[in-house]
Amino acid sequence: MTGLLRFEQVALRRGGHLLFEWLDLALGPGEAVQVMGPNGSGKSSLIRLAAGLLRADQGRVERSALALADDKLALDRELPLSRALGFWGGAVAEAMEALGLAHLAEVPVRLLSSGQGKRATLARVAASGAPLWLLDEPLNALDSDGAARLATLIAGHRQSGGGVLAASHQPLPGEWRRLDLGA
Amino acid sequence: MIGALIARDMRRGGSTGAVWLPIAFFALIVALMPFAVGPDARLLARIGPGTLWIAALTAALLPVERLIEPDRADGVLDQLVIRGMAEESIALAKIVAHWLTFAPLLMIAAVPGSVLLAMDGGSLARTELALLVGTPGLAALAVAIAAVTSGLPRAGSIAGLLLLPLAVPLLIFGAANALLLEAAVSLLLTAGAPFVAGAAIRAART
Repeated sequence: MTGLLRFEQVALRRGGHLLFEWLDLALGPGEAVQVMGPNGSGKSSLIRLAAGLLRADQGRVERSALALADDKLALDRELPLSRALGFWGGAVAEAMEALGLAHLAEVPVRLLSSGQGKRATLARVAASGAPLWLLDEPLNALDSDGAARLATLIAGHRQSGGGVLAASHQPLPGEWRRLDLGA
Repeated sequence: MIGALIARDMRRGGSTGAVWLPIAFFALIVALMPFAVGPDARLLARIGPGTLWIAALTAALLPVERLIEPDRADGVLDQLVIRGMAEESIALAKIVAHWLTFAPLLMIAAVPGSVLLAMDGGSLARTELALLVGTPGLAALAVAIAAVTSGLPRAGSIAGLLLLPLAVPLLIFGAANALLLEAAVSLLLTAGAPFVAGAAIRAART
């Protein structure tokens, strides 16, 4: 596989309901794809399928090393933010700086606001060094400063040969190829 | 990654104080026994090992709800899987961390417990040895049940109904001090639990 992520004729069923079928998708270095669609159209399921957390009912999914940011924090609440992120490794200090979290390094995770929590999950992705980023509703709870920082990060990641697959029902900043699940 | 997860689980158990709850519960059950059957030292000494085992089994129930469910709900399990860790390895790490925070404290608490039950030194030593052999199986069973029940409403009560019957062989051979049979049961549970828990974690993913 030369790309970062490839779906071949993928079908996914959730709870007896067909979300999509015959879905093809290829994501190469430097590319960014936004999955769009109304609530319940299967955007999050597609992200989890790409992450390998769900299995396709039909078709094949190939993926490179990846990092995922969704609505789950996955950080130990009692720890200061820098240590909680440190468990997952990578360039934590730089990533916290990039998302404007540096001043919160010593604040316990349980005291973070939802926007700060969102930034922390994005910082984990940025710190991971993985070539493929999967972002599920990355703009949820982010303020305009957070959204601008995310756009800068994504641009830098793409420039260095990374790829991004994001699910969002609202327009994301920057240039995105669109994949519409609504129908 | 397994080592990091074990260290993290042990730190969490210690720093949140969660590891002390089952131990306090164990000590309480042991302390209740002389009140229930009266102060007859001979009778207490005779039922002593069995009492310690009953207390150990009930204490093993308390942590079940915090072993898997919080990490499932918070996405920690997802992130570990994304980093290439097999569900079985996650379960194994959780079993090791749980045993290390549960069994040594339990065995220490059994010492004052044996005094309350008028057990002599030899009887205490034999029970401690049986606990050492049996608690890995008990810890593995607790993690497997925690994985099977994670995400269910009232998981704690269901876990009790599942865990206690399955722990009966450990109780029988442990209290009877049949160490080889206890070791066999404990080994079987410890070897099987990561696969049961791993499959349950996969199945609970949505």
